[in-house]
Amino acid sequence: MEKRVRFKSAWLPWVLVAPQMAIVLVFFFWPAGQALYQSVLQEDAFGTSREFVGLENFRRLWEDPSYVDSFYTTALFSVLVAVIGICVALLLAVMANRVVRGAAIYKTLLIWPYAVAPVVAGVLWLMMFASPWGVVSYTLQALGYDWNHLLSGRDAMALIVMASVWKQISYNFLFFLAGLQSVPSSVIEAATIDGASPWKRFWSIVFPLLSPTTFFLLVMNVIYAFFDTFAIVDAATQGGPGKDTSILVYKVYYDGFKALDMGGSAAQSVVLMAVVILLTVFQFRFVEKKVQY
Amino acid sequence: MIERRPVLDFVSHAVLILGVLVIAFPVYVAFVASTQTAAQITGSNPLSLLPGGNIYNSYYLALMGGKVAAGGTIPPGWPMLWVSFVTAMGIALGKIAISLLSAFAIVYFRFPFRGLVFWMIFITLMLPVEVRIGPTYQVVSDLKMLNSYAGLTVPLIASATATFLFRQFFLTVPDELAEAARMDGAGPMRFFVDILLPLSKTTMAALFVIQFIYGWNQYLWPLIATTSEDMYPIVLGIKRAIFGEIYVEWNVVMATAILAMIPPAIVVILMQKWFVKGLVDTEK
Repeated sequence: MEKRVRFKSAWLPWVLVAPQMAIVLVFFFWPAGQALYQSVLQEDAFGTSREFVGLENFRRLWEDPSYVDSFYTTALFSVLVAVIGICVALLLAVMANRVVRGAAIYKTLLIWPYAVAPVVAGVLWLMMFASPWGVVSYTLQALGYDWNHLLSGRDAMALIVMASVWKQISYNFLFFLAGLQSVPSSVIEAATIDGASPWKRFWSIVFPLLSPTTFFLLVMNVIYAFFDTFAIVDAATQGGPGKDTSILVYKVYYDGFKALDMGGSAAQSVVLMAVVILLTVFQFRFVEKKVQY
Repeated sequence: MIERRPVLDFVSHAVLILGVLVIAFPVYVAFVASTQTAAQITGSNPLSLLPGGNIYNSYYLALMGGKVAAGGTIPPGWPMLWVSFVTAMGIALGKIAISLLSAFAIVYFRFPFRGLVFWMIFITLMLPVEVRIGPTYQVVSDLKMLNSYAGLTVPLIASATATFLFRQFFLTVPDELAEAARMDGAGPMRFFVDILLPLSKTTMAALFVIQFIYGWNQYLWPLIATTSEDMYPIVLGIKRAIFGEIYVEWNVVMATAILAMIPPAIVVILMQKWFVKGLVDTEK
């Protein structure tokens, strides 16, 4: 889409874009370029010597079992967060779209977790599962399940998944609600007159119409699980026990800032960038198709 | 409602109430913990779900700091709340300002390399700061911007979400307005200030809410960009309170978590309409 009416000036548009261009160049392109450049260098921890090592850093990554594990951990984590978060939010949105009385109150009560910082989400859930006095861990104990996220990788994973889903539900809920409200009511009415049950109507009419939203949310939730959950992991498990909840972003931070392996950390950054670009391209192609559905 | 189905209505309300309770429960537990003493929390088994009588003391310690019975010292929280507030305002207002200008240039002017400028701004949508965290740290450190408000805000302004939203909005503004302004002899900046800005008010409000929360909740970037305690935002204060001490003062940690949660929650609840509009418009 283009404007018919335009202003003419040789210098004004440059002045207008200058602040944003300056910030983007200095704080986006420069570091992104540095990441690419460092990923082919080997540097000692004090930064006194560096040498060009080509793709050595990347080769080391694939040979490092903890990196490959981190990939699996991230994949498992993001699939769990996305699938659980989307299912629960969809259920809540469908219900909220049905009710007439109290709809506005339910909506307000369901969207505020959007405002909670991920680190706060991590700390809240950590406390619910603190042993032995945490409310949920105590209940589990009483039911015979010995919860211990400091020793069990599975419990630790469950903890960060719960905190991450809790934090993300409001986001998914809002998009599903917006999607549901744009479903034409005439179609639903016609199906009702033909005797379709609410269950049948949902699966054969509403859900297909929501599929673009669902797909969009799938991509956004995976990106959320990849990047925005760093604070949850750092507060709740610190990547442990062992490396069981060390997702990719946590490892980039740990290797770069704790283990001081800048080359390895930069190579990991480059791999992450590639993953995000793939996801985004995937999404854009889909969004383009969506226009015709 | 298309037909009457009392059973389904009942189920809907039940599911929604259950959902609201599950979502509110962790916050309730945090609040209850913040009203007890540290010894009450760790000594009880399980944690009592009834408020205790220590509410004043917990929040006083969280805000003003001080020594605790176990021997540690709690740093005051109010300077951290201030840092969070300034950072969040800086990010929100800074992003809106630079994005308004560049979106105006991209939509209303034709200039050489316009396409290139457009793509250079838009590619930033793809890569969050987390991905290039190490090199960004080096750049900010080379520019001597660590431990400063500039270091906390400017690198986070380098993303195009707001530019994208303003561009979409400007494209829906009728061409006749610009035409009329031009016929009346108004220059581009006059048109921008007198016509475009007032029209963009709603979009600005929506973006402000989203960006304020984004800024307030930042964690990884302040974690590495600040080493001096007086530049810690409140979210870092929470982490430090858990991992810095041998004996965790859970009541103070929870009071701090509640304090860190209140400002963005108020913003979301009060500005719900704009927030929803901005969210659904930006991302789609």
